[in-house]
Amino acid sequence: MMEYVLLFLSTVIVNNFVLSRFLGLCIFFGVSKSLNASVGMGMAVASVMTVSSTLAWVVYNYVLVPFHLHFLTTVVFVILVACFVQLLEMIIRKFAPALYNLWGIYLLLIATNCIILGVPLINAESNYGFVKSVVHAFGSGVGFAFALILMASLRERLALADVPKPFQGLSIAFILAGLLALAFMGFSGMIPI
Amino acid sequence: MSAVRGLWQIFVNGLFESNPIFRLALSLCPALAVTSNVYNAFGMGMSVLFVITANNMAVSLTRKLINAKVRVPVYITSIATIVTVVQLVLEAYFPRLYQELGIYLALIVVFAIILARAEVFAAKNPIIPSMVDGLGMGAGFAGAMVLIGVIREVIGNGTILDIPLFGPNYAPALIMILPAGGFITIGLLIAFFNHLTEVRKQAREKLALQEGGETA
Repeated sequence: MMEYVLLFLSTVIVNNFVLSRFLGLCIFFGVSKSLNASVGMGMAVASVMTVSSTLAWVVYNYVLVPFHLHFLTTVVFVILVACFVQLLEMIIRKFAPALYNLWGIYLLLIATNCIILGVPLINAESNYGFVKSVVHAFGSGVGFAFALILMASLRERLALADVPKPFQGLSIAFILAGLLALAFMGFSGMIPI
Repeated sequence: MSAVRGLWQIFVNGLFESNPIFRLALSLCPALAVTSNVYNAFGMGMSVLFVITANNMAVSLTRKLINAKVRVPVYITSIATIVTVVQLVLEAYFPRLYQELGIYLALIVVFAIILARAEVFAAKNPIIPSMVDGLGMGAGFAGAMVLIGVIREVIGNGTILDIPLFGPNYAPALIMILPAGGFITIGLLIAFFNHLTEVRKQAREKLALQEGGETA
C-alpha cells in the first residue's frame, strides 16, 4: 500500500510531468490564461488519462506482448487513445449534454496530446503492473492539474504586472514556468524511488 | 527559374519567418526535454526533419484519395508509421541516441507542427513543394533545437558535444541543464526573437516613410 502512496506522491510533486518532463506543454501554456478553464481542463485530463492508460495497459499486456508486437506500440497507442477520447466525447454529448458543455471543448483538445500518450508509453517502458499503472496515470493527471491551476493563478496575478514588451505573452509564461519548476525542485529527493 | 525561387521561398519561410519553435510556438511540447545537450537536440531535430518531410510527401501523394472526413486519423496513422520507422532505425544504428531520447522519440507522433503542416500545406499542394515545405519547417525546428542545446550545454556543463570549453576551473551552472533552465532559456529566446521582429518592423516602417516622403 505504502508503495502506491509513494508512487502517487512522487508523480504528483517530485516528478511532475509538466515541470520536470515537459509533457503537456501545449495545453499548459494555452489554457493557463484562465483559472476556470484550468480547473475544467485539469479534471478532464486527470480522468481521461486514468481511463485511457488503463485501456492501453490491457492492450499492451494482453495483445502486444503475447504476439511480440512491441514495435507497434507507438501506432497502437496513438490510435487507441485518439479513438477512446473521440468515443468519450460522443457518449458525453449524447447522454450528459450539461457535462459536454462544460468539458466538450477540452476533450477535443486532448485527443492527441503528448501527456495523454506519454503516460501509457512510460507505463509500458517501466513494466508497471496493473495497479501501479493506474496509480501512476492518476498521479500524473492530478500532478498536471495541480501545475496547471498553480500556473493559472500566477498568470492572473501577472495580468496586473508591467511586463516589458518583448517579454509579453509566451515568453514571460515560459520564464514563470521555469521559476515554478525551480520551486518544485525543492521536493526532489524527498521521496526515494 | 521562378519555380526554383518559389521553392526557396517556401524553404526560407519554414526556416526563419515562421520558425516552428519561436514563432508559432507549436510543437514546442516535449522536444524541449531533450535539449539539455547538443547531441540529443541535433538527433531529435533530424528525426523530426525526416518525419515531417516524409509525412508531407506521403500526404501530398495521397491527397486525392483521402476522404476529407477521415483525413485526421489517416494523417495520424501515417505519422505514427513513419515515427516507428525512425525508432527502429535509431535503435539499430544509434543505440545511445535511442536510449537518451527515450519516450520523446515516440512522442514525435503528437507534435502539432507535423499534423498542422499536413493539413495546411501538404493536403493542398503537389509533392515537390510539400517536400520542400517539410524540409524548411524541419530545418527551422532542428536549428532552433540545436541553438537551445548549445546554450544549455555550454552554460550548464561547460562543454559542446562533450568537448570541454573553459578548462577545469569552470564551475558549470547546473541549473541550465535541469528542466527549470530549459524553460527559462526558451523564455529568453522567445523574448529575443520578439524584440528582433519589432526592431525589423520599425526599421521597415521608417524606410517606407522615407521613401514615401521622397516620392511626395
